[in-house]
Amino acid sequence: MLKSFWRGAFWPFWLFMAASGFCSHALAAEGPFLITYTHQMEEPGNLEITTKDVTGKPAGGNRFLGSALEFEYGVKAWWTTEVYLDGQSTARDGTLFTGYRWENRFRVLPREHWVNPVVYVEFENINGADKSLLEVVDNDGEGDLTGLNSETRAEKKREIEAKLILGSYFKGWTFAENFIAEKNVRHAPLEFGYAVGVSRPLALAARPDRCNLCPENFQAGVEMYGGLGTHERFGLQETSHYVAPTVAWTVANGTTFTVSPTFGITETSARFLLRFAASYELDQFGRAARHLFRNNGGGQ
Amino acid sequence: MSGIRVLVLGALISMVAAAAWARVGTLVQQAPPRAKALSNPFEGQQRAQRAGAKLFARECAACHGPDGAGLGKAPPLNQVDVHEAAPGALFWVLRNGSLKRGMPSFAHLPEAQRWQIIIYLKTLKER
Repeated sequence: MLKSFWRGAFWPFWLFMAASGFCSHALAAEGPFLITYTHQMEEPGNLEITTKDVTGKPAGGNRFLGSALEFEYGVKAWWTTEVYLDGQSTARDGTLFTGYRWENRFRVLPREHWVNPVVYVEFENINGADKSLLEVVDNDGEGDLTGLNSETRAEKKREIEAKLILGSYFKGWTFAENFIAEKNVRHAPLEFGYAVGVSRPLALAARPDRCNLCPENFQAGVEMYGGLGTHERFGLQETSHYVAPTVAWTVANGTTFTVSPTFGITETSARFLLRFAASYELDQFGRAARHLFRNNGGGQ
Repeated sequence: MSGIRVLVLGALISMVAAAAWARVGTLVQQAPPRAKALSNPFEGQQRAQRAGAKLFARECAACHGPDGAGLGKAPPLNQVDVHEAAPGALFWVLRNGSLKRGMPSFAHLPEAQRWQIIIYLKTLKER
């Protein structure tokens, strides 16, 4: 049973490896955060493929692996769009696709400032079995991770989520603060959450040689995120909060691996989660796609 | 009378907006004097230049071409206006980018790495 859990859980990983294997070009990836957004936008025309995974064993539940396969595309220098495909696998239960998310980020100010705002808007169509845990709002907690897939999948979550992303760079340090508001389109109150993070590369200047283990290829940081209740009962009561040190390593070919042990710090939080991710950026994917379609069109 | 006022006001606003939008000159020329006055801390360092070449290949070559000759809408970087630009002006461009022209900000790179790229940019020559 456990063997099928791991086999089924890693479909985004294998898809990611296949995609990166087909492509010869790659660029450096973003910072080490897995939950907190910075104001860094995707470069226009670039496509970044990321698989974000989280595993844990909630009290009274089975070990699970939640996965999100992310496609991030730079439409303009001020506009980045992303699609997520979510799935999960739970030991002694099953593996299932749990839905999709479509998000857009818009950079507000044309120049770089001390604090740089980005507006984020997302539509998500997932079900209650989703365990990708890409954000924490309201009183989301360990109890949401223990239900049987056959029961939780029946719950539909069509939600609009908005974030105000604030980001700053100072002497090699990255600071990011996210304020989250989420609303189910049918019912439920407006839910709030937050995420903050700080990170720094291990070296600020690059070495001249192409290397995998150069200190500038590593970034270390820490994230903290959690729920803030709803508009009816705003606050920290019965909410989950997590602290997560995080390390990202970008190898010479541009693939970035990130790992983040995550610790719940309130009673309603999951005690421990392990997050990990791999990302690969296809530079000027948009241009290559346009050429492909133009050439095919010209041949007909 | 009020119609004329609205017309004049509209014309004035349009002129100001057009002037702000046009902002004649290249991106490098738009750098403020204070930014232009900055000097490159890696000036004359071969090691920084080689590191800059590596960073250029990773961060810039996809849009501007592997030799900086420009690709599509991305302008060439092996021109005299880049070669003779104040390092501080190039640093300002890398920090801010230009959302209007499709040039992203590279402020996420540490300052040292941006200066290394600039050292390398200065070595690019038109072939």
